[in-house]
Amino acid sequence: MLIDVPQEYYLILSAMMFVIGSVGVLTRRNAIIIFMSIEIMLNSVNLTFVSFAAFMGDTAGQIFVFFVMAVAAAEAAVGLAIVLALFRNKKTIYVDEVSLMKW
Amino acid sequence: MSLSYLFFIVLGVLAIASAIVTIAHKNPIVSAMSLVLHFFMLAGLYLTLNAQFLAVIQVLVYAGAIMVLVVFVIMLLNLSDEAQLKEKLNFRKIIAAFFALGLITQFTTMYMGVSSKNAFLPPQSIEAGKAQSIGKELFSHYLVPFEAISLLLVVAIIGAIVLSKRRYE
Repeated sequence: MLIDVPQEYYLILSAMMFVIGSVGVLTRRNAIIIFMSIEIMLNSVNLTFVSFAAFMGDTAGQIFVFFVMAVAAAEAAVGLAIVLALFRNKKTIYVDEVSLMKW
Repeated sequence: MSLSYLFFIVLGVLAIASAIVTIAHKNPIVSAMSLVLHFFMLAGLYLTLNAQFLAVIQVLVYAGAIMVLVVFVIMLLNLSDEAQLKEKLNFRKIIAAFFALGLITQFTTMYMGVSSKNAFLPPQSIEAGKAQSIGKELFSHYLVPFEAISLLLVVAIIGAIVLSKRRYE
């Protein structure tokens, strides 16, 4: 029988991906890069879901990943439309130069 | 050291490396392209976990649809490289370092807890990853969330059109 990788390794990999994504959100100023870092974080959670689903031999986790992907697609459409509207009004997409909602 | 370890290490190292390039590179197009590579590596990791359907969906939805949208927007805005901030150590970077430190300690403690040297995926996981069983669950047990997702996608389409219109008339 083929020996598989222990599940802890998948969890460690997904934790590292989540760290990279959160560092990207907190350090970058370009709104599109922040958006891509959020996608990395969503994907790390998806990897956790898939590894738990596989090691439990269950379908439920994979269905949740399916839903997360649908929400990510909706988020991509609306988020990029917001970035375009922001660029049209402010001529910048650097989040530190947009302080409209900051008091 | 078996073949599945080899696959996992190659895919995992490439996934981490492409994620780091994504958040660290100044040019947004290079970031987007390395994110595409990252999504492909994740699809490979899903295949090592017997999730064939999700691997295909990952490539189609993420590497196909979402990244095309992102690259379109980057090229539409004609962005230049991101300029470096004046101050080297600002408040956000301190918070980011704090988060990273906390999560690094978390996964090193997780690494200490790795005990099972020989792991086996249960045989039913091969059946669970097929499109057939996922569709069966999706249209029976998870029908209401599935319909809610379709409503969410309609709202997202309308929202994207309204937001990117030039004037509200």
